Amino acid sequence: MAKNFVTTTINGDEVEFASYPGQSLLDVLRSELHMTGTKNGCGSGDCGACTVVLNGRPVNACLVLGVELDGAEIETIEGMATGTKLHPLQQKFLDHAALQCGICTPGILTMAKAFLEKNPDPTESEVRYGLAGNLCRCTGYDKIVRAVLDAAADMRADG
Amino acid sequence: MAELTRQKERIRGGVAQALAHDSASKHVTGQAVYVDDIPEPQGTLHIAVGSAAVAQGRITNLNLDAVRAAPGVVCVLTADDIPGLNDVSPTHSGDDPVLAGERVNFFGQPVFAVAAETFMQAKAAARLGVVDCAADTPVLTIDQALAKNYLISQDHEMVRGDAAAGLKAARNRLSGQMEMGGQDHFYLEGQVSMAVPMEDGDVLIHCSTQHPSEVQHNIAHVLDRPANAVTVEVRRMGGAFGGKESQAAQWAALAALVAVRTGRAAKCRLDRDDDMSLTGKRHELAGKWTVGYDDDGRITAADVEMATRCGNSKDLSDAISDRAMFHLDNAYYLDQVRILCKRLRTDTVSNTAFRGFGGPQGMMIGERMIESVARAVGKDPLDVRKLNFYGDEGRNTTPYHMQVEDFVLGDMIAELETTSDYRARRKAITAFNESSPVIKRGLALTPVKFGISFTTTFLNQAGALIHIYKDGSILLNHGGTEMGQGLFLKVAQVVAEEFQTDVDRIKITATNTAKVPNTSATAASSGTDMNGMAAMIAARTIKRRLIAFACNQYKVEESDVEFIPNQVRIGNQVVDFDDLIGQAYLNRVQLSATGFYRTPKIHYDRTTASGRPFYYFAYGAAVAEVAIDTLTGENRVLAVDILHDVGQSLNPAIDIGQIEGGFIQGMGWLTTEELWWDDSGRLRTHAPSTYKIPTCGDRPAHMKVKLWEKGRNAEATIHRSKAVGEPPLMLAMSVFHAISDALSSLDGYRTVPDLDAPATPERILMAAQKLKAKSR
Ligand code: FES
Ligand code: FES
Repeated sequence: MAKNFVTTTINGDEVEFASYPGQSLLDVLRSELHMTGTKNGCGSGDCGACTVVLNGRPVNACLVLGVELDGAEIETIEGMATGTKLHPLQQKFLDHAALQCGICTPGILTMAKAFLEKNPDPTESEVRYGLAGNLCRCTGYDKIVRAVLDAAADMRADG
Repeated sequence: MAELTRQKERIRGGVAQALAHDSASKHVTGQAVYVDDIPEPQGTLHIAVGSAAVAQGRITNLNLDAVRAAPGVVCVLTADDIPGLNDVSPTHSGDDPVLAGERVNFFGQPVFAVAAETFMQAKAAARLGVVDCAADTPVLTIDQALAKNYLISQDHEMVRGDAAAGLKAARNRLSGQMEMGGQDHFYLEGQVSMAVPMEDGDVLIHCSTQHPSEVQHNIAHVLDRPANAVTVEVRRMGGAFGGKESQAAQWAALAALVAVRTGRAAKCRLDRDDDMSLTGKRHELAGKWTVGYDDDGRITAADVEMATRCGNSKDLSDAISDRAMFHLDNAYYLDQVRILCKRLRTDTVSNTAFRGFGGPQGMMIGERMIESVARAVGKDPLDVRKLNFYGDEGRNTTPYHMQVEDFVLGDMIAELETTSDYRARRKAITAFNESSPVIKRGLALTPVKFGISFTTTFLNQAGALIHIYKDGSILLNHGGTEMGQGLFLKVAQVVAEEFQTDVDRIKITATNTAKVPNTSATAASSGTDMNGMAAMIAARTIKRRLIAFACNQYKVEESDVEFIPNQVRIGNQVVDFDDLIGQAYLNRVQLSATGFYRTPKIHYDRTTASGRPFYYFAYGAAVAEVAIDTLTGENRVLAVDILHDVGQSLNPAIDIGQIEGGFIQGMGWLTTEELWWDDSGRLRTHAPSTYKIPTCGDRPAHMKVKLWEKGRNAEATIHRSKAVGEPPLMLAMSVFHAISDALSSLDGYRTVPDLDAPATPERILMAAQKLKAKSR
């Protein structure tokens, strides 16, 4: 199949990849670029496991085509920590033990980060609705909500 | 002095410490490697399956020419290409073919498999296959199967006393019935296996499974090779919940067949729709009861008949149906009782293990029965529940003749009733309902008593392997698998506690059939109980050798050697753990050991349906408050208070996580998760767009989970802890019964509403309309 060459910025680095028509960004990340932190939970835009930030907006990578991404800026879970320093959200997920099998975690963290950028001081129910597109089958969400609220408080305090 | 201060320090990660999952820092950075994340060897092939478009019928024509000719296709397999046994049944029943040969037994059943260079190519090619069938009318529902007496296995009965005579003599009698739906596991990581060919035609399979040993043995049979030619490795799963116990083998088998045949690595990963359509689910169950009771609501006799919808093959349905029977009594003493369970065959995907393993379904029937008695005698259901509890003299024998020796629910319920302010809320809700014509509130407190052990006694065995390397670092391996439940961490905490070393010093390694053989599934909530014990035994073996060495080397008595945090006190000297290990190595002390554990005390005779199938019981209770809209059926869980008994917790953070997660999953099963097959037998709810698991927005606004502080296992389990995997799921019965309670308000709490599970808005609305019509 003919492949198209696409140049993007992923987590701040310029990345060039080859993508065939019909290939999703999720598949590009996982299969072509071996960036497997972004997960595939449904492939149909319903679970949020594949959440990445595209040009500043959270999207389901399984619904975006790779060939459309020339010039795009993409952020994935791999770029969330700064070196070995975890993002406050990542740290709070550890502190609150807000994960079990962990496969939903990258998507939820990515979504939570985008959500807090828009709404740095959310109520509990805003967090719950903000994350309603990200399914988790293990945790029951309780610790996730607490971790996000706690991270938001810290991030506000740090300005 | 320095030594003394250090002695008082605790190690990091001993037992009872609340630590996040051992892989948590990898989870949050995306570094945790699941099977689909393992770098693929060059030339890895991808597999897709093809099927007929009927649920039941004889295959009359199979033409795969177009499949073979499709771009990228390297290999196409049918039943004829299987060198060994075409069966991956967990019970060796011969009815779970890898690829269907002569007949198709459910809609979508794989008839052929295609391996191509990319997954998209394989998927596209699979669509080109022509599979014609002489189709028969499928049997799909419990009613259809009952009408035809279409059975997968023989009926089984548990009897204590004489139910018929008891019912005849009872002061009051009533009958009722209920049906409940199944449940898709919806692990976020679907079924996946990658097989890598090795020399001699052997194969290494990276598989997302709870039962590596079974996958190994089944694949050896499929390949017609001995078990030692197949190695199965599992580092972690992205959720499993029972769905990767027996159901992982088929996909592993396809990957192995392709790998061995082509000499290239092969991956079989089901996409979400295939996963939901082609793998088994929780069993639907229908139950009806006749119960005799006195005027207070004390049950004096019960006759219960249940039927499980097993699907097209046996799989684990016998054990699952048995567990439904084992848990029908839940926390209640049933005098003069008969329980029967039919195991129905249907032309649908074969149902399988799912957290609770039939227990939740049986328990729901028992709870429904209690609820109906409570309404009949006009009491708060909680009072009737308490009245029927085990615990009093002469009221401690289960329907399977086991003595309940550790009944703690009396205490727990008393505590929860107070802390949740049950009585005051009950009053407030009654008042609210009187003044609110449309929105009705409901409240329910339900208990859980759940038996821990595999009821197939021989499965209650586990092995572990520990190495200490000469630098003092420790490697831990055991037969349990990690699916997010924190087993690996808990077992590592047990080992850390034994050696008194920080848990970080212990390398937790992937479950691998080449390291610990012949393991049981990580199931029945038994993972920590059994593997924790096996690891402790292995650690103690090495410790004994180290102590003997220290006595000899330092000329001290055994009682003078003590493992203190990251050090060892030998007489009045203190030696770093690493140093002692280094010395032991130079003195030729063996620093590796295996441990083996078999659960004591248990036995069960299925022919008489009596014995002690469970080592102990785990307990819990939950109060749920809901609101329903009686004009639309919409509903919300407003508040949940949980008190759960995990014995002495090995890790409270992990345990509370299990309880919350189990509760929400159970809530999904009983409220929103509805599986729907059309008349042709095709599952129409095969994606999250149509199958609704709870989301973050469904989490109750008030949710309080507490571990029962007095909890301590009466049996000598690992550090007196209790299993926690399955029991919390059943706490969600409180939600269902709270909905039922809200509905009951419509006729002045006189009857138990006709409500099946899941209690979807439609069902709630229909039940409300029936009750309104009745009380008019
Ligand atoms: S994988 Fe993209 S939303 Fe589920
Ligand atoms: S932690 Fe397993 S799906 Fe969220």
